[in-house]
Amino acid sequence: MFSELIHMIFSQDFLASCIRLATPLLLAAMGGIFSERSGVLFLGLEGFMLMGAFFGFLGSYYLGAVQGIILAVLFNMIIALVYAFCTVTLAVDQVVVSVSVNILGLGITGAFSRVLFGAHTQQLMGQRLMAVAIPGLSSIPIIGVLFRQNPFTYIAYILVPVVYIIFFKTNWGLKIRAVGENPKAAETMGIKVHKIRYISILWASAFAAIGGASQTIGDLGLFVDNMIAGKGYIGFAAIILGRFHPLYTALTVFFFGIVDAFQLNLQAMGSSIPYQFPLMMPYLLTLIAFLIAGSGVAPKAWGDPYILEE
Amino acid sequence: MKEKLRELLQWSRLRTVVIPVIGVLIGMLVGSLVIVNKDRSLFTVMGQLFYGAFGNLNNFSQSLVFAIPLGFTGLAIALSYSAGIFNIGAEGQLQLAALATAVVATSGFLESSPLLLPVVLICGMIMGALWALLPGILKAYKGFNEIVVTMLLNYVAILLVSFFLQGPLKAEGAYYPQTDAFPDTALLHKVIRGYTLHQGIWVFILMVVIVWVILYKTTFGFKIRAVGFNPEGALYAGIDYRKILVLSMLVSGALAGLAGSVEVLGVHRRLMEGFSPGYGYDAIAVALLANLNPVGIIFSSFFFGALRNAASGLQIDFGIPVSFIYIIQALAIIFVIAAQGMPRFFRRLKRRLQNV
Amino acid sequence: MAPILEIKDLTKRFSRVLANDKVSLQVEKGEVRALLGENGAGKSTLMSCLYGLYGMDSGEILVDGKPVYIGNCEDAIRLGIGMVNQHFMLIQKLTVTENVILGLKSGKGPWVDYHGAAEKIQELSDRYNFCINPNAVIGDLSVGLQQRVEILKVLYRHSNIMIFDEPTAVLTPNEVLEFFEIIKLFKKEGRTILFITHKLGEVMTICDSVTVLRDGKVVGNVAVKDTSESELAKMMVGREVFLKEAEPTKKVGDVVLRVQDLHVKGSMGVEAVRGLSFEIRSGEVLGIAGVDGNGQLELGNALTGLAPVTSGKIEILDEETTNWSTAKLHGKNVSHIPPDRQRTGLILNYPVQDNMVVKEISNHKFSQFGFLKRRVIKEYAKRLIASYDVRGCVPETYAKQLSGGNQQKVILAREFEQKPKLIIAVQPTRGLDISAIEFVRAELVKQRDAGAAILLISTELDEILSLSDRIEVIYEGQFTGSLVGHHVDPMEIGLQMAGRKVPGSCDETERVQL
Repeated sequence: MFSELIHMIFSQDFLASCIRLATPLLLAAMGGIFSERSGVLFLGLEGFMLMGAFFGFLGSYYLGAVQGIILAVLFNMIIALVYAFCTVTLAVDQVVVSVSVNILGLGITGAFSRVLFGAHTQQLMGQRLMAVAIPGLSSIPIIGVLFRQNPFTYIAYILVPVVYIIFFKTNWGLKIRAVGENPKAAETMGIKVHKIRYISILWASAFAAIGGASQTIGDLGLFVDNMIAGKGYIGFAAIILGRFHPLYTALTVFFFGIVDAFQLNLQAMGSSIPYQFPLMMPYLLTLIAFLIAGSGVAPKAWGDPYILEE
Repeated sequence: MKEKLRELLQWSRLRTVVIPVIGVLIGMLVGSLVIVNKDRSLFTVMGQLFYGAFGNLNNFSQSLVFAIPLGFTGLAIALSYSAGIFNIGAEGQLQLAALATAVVATSGFLESSPLLLPVVLICGMIMGALWALLPGILKAYKGFNEIVVTMLLNYVAILLVSFFLQGPLKAEGAYYPQTDAFPDTALLHKVIRGYTLHQGIWVFILMVVIVWVILYKTTFGFKIRAVGFNPEGALYAGIDYRKILVLSMLVSGALAGLAGSVEVLGVHRRLMEGFSPGYGYDAIAVALLANLNPVGIIFSSFFFGALRNAASGLQIDFGIPVSFIYIIQALAIIFVIAAQGMPRFFRRLKRRLQNV
Repeated sequence: MAPILEIKDLTKRFSRVLANDKVSLQVEKGEVRALLGENGAGKSTLMSCLYGLYGMDSGEILVDGKPVYIGNCEDAIRLGIGMVNQHFMLIQKLTVTENVILGLKSGKGPWVDYHGAAEKIQELSDRYNFCINPNAVIGDLSVGLQQRVEILKVLYRHSNIMIFDEPTAVLTPNEVLEFFEIIKLFKKEGRTILFITHKLGEVMTICDSVTVLRDGKVVGNVAVKDTSESELAKMMVGREVFLKEAEPTKKVGDVVLRVQDLHVKGSMGVEAVRGLSFEIRSGEVLGIAGVDGNGQLELGNALTGLAPVTSGKIEILDEETTNWSTAKLHGKNVSHIPPDRQRTGLILNYPVQDNMVVKEISNHKFSQFGFLKRRVIKEYAKRLIASYDVRGCVPETYAKQLSGGNQQKVILAREFEQKPKLIIAVQPTRGLDISAIEFVRAELVKQRDAGAAILLISTELDEILSLSDRIEVIYEGQFTGSLVGHHVDPMEIGLQMAGRKVPGSCDETERVQL
């Protein structure tokens, strides 16, 4: 059994499943970082991902894969506007609003899917974005498998360095970081704090949508009730563990992908361990990681509503 | 007498009731719109909802049955949030409490004694409290976000219960993951024969009274609410803010645990997988709409229990998804909480328009 | 030629307070103008309006003779107005370069021009001898250097009207000298400087002219060469002292509070209290006068368990109480009137009766077996409301519904009812109306006559004058020299508050030779 495990881990397939499983979270987390860095808690990641998954499926079922992505993003951004209005303009408790978004997500996706598709959505397949092999790169031994993935994964690959560049090399990123640390100081420099936060939240919701859609359009092709199953919370935790830095967060998310792939393979191997325990691993590990690594230093203005003085 | 009436009718008092009610109505309107189609108009839907909730004695009794666990978890969240800590771990706490209850109930311990019932209830409360201890300590002493910790623990708890039900505790020859039936002495029996309402309702009412007394009549509750309102001021006044946070999580966990225990002892009479359709999450709406007041929770838990009951009926009869009640909950919460920020928003808007 | 800056009849009101009342002034190009005044005189508000942080209610601002509208900081920056705040507006985690260029277009599209900006900043830093490394992280810099970064921000934007808000508050004497050299350079370059300060010595040294503000109004515009420190002090401080002076104390007893060589750190990491020693006896009031920001708040916090003591000793009734918690001090019958009644003093969402017993809730007087004795609490509150004349409330009224004065009365009631032996009163009448002020002062006198030792920390000079049996003036964390008795010349105090020490009283070599 042990040797089987070793064999499994060091196989190409394992690497492939790691990156495949990490993709949704990678996309969502890269988006979530924007909101978090600008000082707004983005606990609603779970709900946004779920809605992204569903509306992605919806679009791909009736129209097509790309249209599905667009629909998911649009819908999420509308909800994100409401979210931003409550947290930024009205400056009410960000935690409560986030949790409401998650509940709303469950409600909207569950209700719509039943109404439109009846009770057995898992039997319906929408249009999928199939895996595309990148010529040249995909022929590299072992790592090549990283380039025989879904377009969503490629988006994720590109997104990580892009987000890094935006944050640390552009004026826009500088403004976001400033707003998250010390909104009052940013205001004295002429920066419109509220505008930056709104845009960050919209961006975060868009990528949460794409992340969620990657599960339905990219991976499974079907929608299951509550399919995000807490991954949004893991994503939120990953951002904190990754110290709000795109590269470390990406690494953390990838690590969780490894854990996920591991536990899935464990189940598939038909080992005698009851399936619940492997399934628990991602959650437990996140918790343990939290305990060890601590919550680090969040942007100083994290979670504080910024009230404009008059 | 007139003075008392006038005092009650003050807007500041009224708004704690009026705003949630409006929020719920808006939520229901939008939620119902989702399921309206050519076969059923808005009125039919609303009408069916009402009938399903209170149309006849059976339905009414079932609404109460759904309300009971919501009431317990609602109390749990209300208590913890009064101290400023958001216990969404209620779902996990109630699952594990139900597990603990099942373990003791099916173990043969005290099988023929009437003491079994209180014992299993207490086991449930202890289990719930324990599961809430970690997030409480982490928040109080390390400032960890309690939402993430409790949510993660929720998933772990549900999986643990699933494991036990499919493994060690599984009843002989059962097709569905569930334990053996509980002995009679452990059960919460029906209040009136023929109707689903069980003795758990008395436990609930007792807990409402206890929580109300704790919050408003004891020094402990005094300190809890002080910490919730103004942690700085409380610290300055000599209140040990961290100890209060942990203790309030313990009590909150115990209450959530009761939800699970009571549910399996009164409704299912055994522990079955999936016995909770998410009571721990519904409770968020229950608590927030009741403005964290135990008495208000009686009403909001009944409302959401009735809603769930009616929605289940709609699902069985017409295939309408139960999930739409989540839409109602979410919109109601958002409305209530947005209403808090509205006064300041309008003031700023007014000033902005004046300056132009 | 039109003055480079003119303000006409600027008025700004904050709910109940009229912060600026038809303020008018004119500044010529290249002038170094001081804005002098006590706390609450309106200097910071005025400049915040000028910089776009606040919107003024009425009035006109003219730059270079042309009327302008300044709605936000961006407008001000565009007009060439820059402000160096007293509390630095810096992002600790970012570098010097990032802080300086924040909010500006970089000229390279979306990309930050780190290299180009760093070069420019280095050049500026060299020109004025700032010794700043553009790549340093703000959090790693000393306070003096951080201030220079603030100044760089303003220079980088080619501001020719520069506002400095209490710039020397955080500088060491050496740094102050260097700072003045920089100001002279700016002046030579033709920039106009507006200097908010309460320090007379600096005004006389570096400024060309002074605008003195008092209670929101301009009381004088003079050239420095035409005036003197005493005259300025008179303008700054001289107001109708309309209150009755309290009866001098009749019986002074044993030492209640003894402080030895106390050192306390302030919020910026700089030492705020630098070696204070004093005693207070029962039946006497020691008043600590001084302009905000000279260490008095930190002194109050250290004595009441809200801030840690770096070194030194505190003894109350012959027991060492250095670094005791608030709860423990309360047990030793020490009362505290906090300066911030809404955040630390009260729990606003609690009714008055609960606030009155919040410090004693576990006391068997108010609870038994864990249960609150509601009726006892209510009666207690009722009694206190009556005897302390708290208007507009019954025990159940929420604290947030009371006026400031009545809120303060609730705090007084709570604190004084246990007949404290030591009272630390910090800004006890801030934000209160006349009758409330009179009430608070009368109460303090009553407690003093009952044998309490009172430490009164206040920026209101009349308060100190009328209530204190002894007065110390705190300046930059140290005492400038004792003044005894009720008949002290307020002008003398004004001078000390603004930096002049009693000759021969303390180590003068520490001070800047101005």
